Amino acid sequence: MAIVPNPHKTTGFLGWIDDRFPLTKIWKDHISEYYAPKNFNWWYTYGSLALLVLVNQLLTGIWLTMHYKPDEAFAFDSVEYIMRDVPWGNILRYLHSTGASAFFVVVYLHMLRGLMYGSHRKPRELIWIFGCLIYLVLMAEGFCGYVLPWGNMSYWGAQVIINLFGTIPVVGQDLVYWIQGDYTPADATLNRLFSLHVVALPFVLVGLVIAHLMALHEVGSNNPDGIEIKKHKDPKTGIPLDGIAFHPYYTVKDMVGVAAFLLVFFAIVFFAPDGGGYFLEKPNFTPANPLSTPLHITPAWYFGAFYAMLRAVPSFFNTQIWGVIVMFGAVLLLFFVPWLDRSPVKSIRYRGPLSKIALALFVVSFVMLNWLGMQPTTVARTYLAQIGTILYYAFFLAMPWYSKHDRTKSVPDRVTA
Amino acid sequence: MSKEGVDVGRRRFLTLTTTAVGAIGTGFAAVPFLASLAPSEKAKALGASVTIDVSKVEPGQMIIAVWRRQPVWVIRRTPEMLASLEKVASQLSDPDSEIPQQPEYAKGAARAIKPEYMVLKGVCTHLGCSPKFRPVETKAADVGTDWEGGFFCPCHGSRFDLSGRVYKGVPAPTNLPVPPHRYADDKTLVIGEDQPVGAA
Repeated sequence: MAIVPNPHKTTGFLGWIDDRFPLTKIWKDHISEYYAPKNFNWWYTYGSLALLVLVNQLLTGIWLTMHYKPDEAFAFDSVEYIMRDVPWGNILRYLHSTGASAFFVVVYLHMLRGLMYGSHRKPRELIWIFGCLIYLVLMAEGFCGYVLPWGNMSYWGAQVIINLFGTIPVVGQDLVYWIQGDYTPADATLNRLFSLHVVALPFVLVGLVIAHLMALHEVGSNNPDGIEIKKHKDPKTGIPLDGIAFHPYYTVKDMVGVAAFLLVFFAIVFFAPDGGGYFLEKPNFTPANPLSTPLHITPAWYFGAFYAMLRAVPSFFNTQIWGVIVMFGAVLLLFFVPWLDRSPVKSIRYRGPLSKIALALFVVSFVMLNWLGMQPTTVARTYLAQIGTILYYAFFLAMPWYSKHDRTKSVPDRVTA
Repeated sequence: MSKEGVDVGRRRFLTLTTTAVGAIGTGFAAVPFLASLAPSEKAKALGASVTIDVSKVEPGQMIIAVWRRQPVWVIRRTPEMLASLEKVASQLSDPDSEIPQQPEYAKGAARAIKPEYMVLKGVCTHLGCSPKFRPVETKAADVGTDWEGGFFCPCHGSRFDLSGRVYKGVPAPTNLPVPPHRYADDKTLVIGEDQPVGAA
């Protein structure tokens, strides 16, 4: 039976495949004939770096799973076994643990890039929302992975985080037992977090990353000028005049970013894998002990800001659910940014002082909250955390006002150098 | 799709009923998945009660029992310790233990069946850390200079008195919980089982 020849006119083995599967089509649509704006700067490397770190996490994660035992009695020892006895095991683990921190560094910068250049604006709202979902799943992955070594900080971190659900009125306590599968974090808890960490969440994460990229390639990339390059197309070819093919131009450019990133990444993996106690906390080098709380419980650094907000809110009416609401609300707010932003221009380059000051204050308060979340509380630090929380919320909640009334500069018709 | 000759009402009815039956079926199918996450029979068995001989606790001393893998404190309170409960009452947020953080038989200032023996779950009501026993002799800057003895949580600075009642203005919202407990005889404390109704 004759078949319809593929439109790419490929022959031989590739032609045989293209007659049956859109291989060349996928390559062209997403790589060789995906036209991205020509004015990308270095802020645009973080997307591909996030993908690189994801591959690193998947690969090292699969290998760690070959040696790790998700059992209360063996988990801690199996991690020590990986560190001491498995050939190159310590490097595999450090790649994974440093990769977790690197993931958040890269993703935070990627998100800031989006906020700066208005990448969340119409028609890219869904790209932004998929991105927010990726961030949520990443946080869940980070938390589950943090518990797996079953060190004392793992144990008490799990205790504190799971008990957040205990603040929900009426059903809270039973919900905590249900999440833990026991009356305290125990073997059942470790086992289910392992299942989520290595099976369920990675599936969801990869699916969301594909959705994120499909949405991006549907509408096309934004750029530092916040201009739609599709407005000016070559009348003959239909290719945007300000667009260049993702491959080879941006694949080569991204490789420069990858080289710079790996230089820093491996320097940490080889010479400072515990990140001064911030990437791998010292109390986690002792096994979990339900009867001994570490003197100073801190979350991983990348949750610091949210933990600081949790602690900044005092309890009212005999419940501390308010802090929990403020903490989760801080993440949920991100989803609404495409609609909170009312500026007539997208990029920070053409916005006025109000937007610039707001973004600067937001960055300062977020960094400060992250730092505060890792410090023991004092009265002064609690005030600082309260100020930081208000600034964080104000950035989002006042956005409809300041973005609308801010001065703007006129946006050029074509991208600038 | 042509709608000619189609009984639209019947089609809508069948679509709705099929969807409804499908939704109910999905609900039932979800039960094993959700229910399997609850504490297992093994976990429930391991969470059963523990027995303690309280006569071996010296006056003023605290021992730590383990129930459901959580610390349960048994403090044998001296008359001075019991007297301190009244002194600090004005600084507490729930001095009469009105919020149900204890069984009915352990209310009031002493929060105990026998005032001499205080039984508390040693888990901070803020975020589940384990506070430290700080009798009046360990008065220091962190607990305040007017300290009458009690418990201090090193995680976030919450303070509790010798009945586990929370001080005002600390992160912990409520008093430390009193676990269910009963006395099998004069010196045998059973943690994890309720005092029968009507018993003294």
